[in-house]
Amino acid sequence: MPMPDNSPPSVTAVTVRVVYLARLREAFGRSGESLAIAADAPDVAAVLATLRARDGVWARELAAGRAVRIAVNHQLVAADSPVREGDEVALLPPVTGG
Amino acid sequence: MTVRVQTADFDAGREIAELRGSDPRVGAVASFIGTVRDVNDAATVATMTLEHYPGMTEKALEAICAEAAARWNILDTLVIHRVGALHPGDRIVLVGVAGAHRGDAFAACEFIMDFLKTRAPFWKKETTPEGERWVEARASDDAAADRWKG
Repeated sequence: MPMPDNSPPSVTAVTVRVVYLARLREAFGRSGESLAIAADAPDVAAVLATLRARDGVWARELAAGRAVRIAVNHQLVAADSPVREGDEVALLPPVTGG
Repeated sequence: MTVRVQTADFDAGREIAELRGSDPRVGAVASFIGTVRDVNDAATVATMTLEHYPGMTEKALEAICAEAAARWNILDTLVIHRVGALHPGDRIVLVGVAGAHRGDAFAACEFIMDFLKTRAPFWKKETTPEGERWVEARASDDAAADRWKG
């Protein structure tokens, strides 16, 4: 008789390079870091959730409703975009060029 | 298509002449130059420092110019954007569009500028007598870019 499958849902861990720009770089006191994301389906939202869980300035700057845009490998993307091992995930405050 | 991000100033006359080039089809060259204002949100600006996201900036500007070329009947585009420490009166950006007729050249030039302001990863930090501050994005810039939807 087969044993029931009690294993937890599969969790994929990926490591991405996170880049903080402009005001966010100053707020976080760093220009970037390597970040491991553990999630069923790692995506941009999971990256943000991982950072928000640090509380303090991270939770404040990345709170829902704060205008932060995300670029994965230099392309602006939506929160449900997947992230893959080695991706560069940049957090951009609202842009003010021109 | 030419896209450049640089600290050095540019000679707008020379750049526009090069954009015009020798293509006999060009009958119109529209251009826009953005410069540093001395006052922003009621504060005197001594220095405006521009930073960008190297690697993404050029791609974003090229994508905007490609979109303009797909939407209008134009022949060539030029974007030069400066970064680093700038002062009131300094040139920040030059956008140029060459085409057969002025209507498409004007529209494409304005489109590129509107999208540059809302999509290209540049940030301005002002130094005022009260200290440094990051310039806030303006809702009017988003509204300007939204005009081109549809």
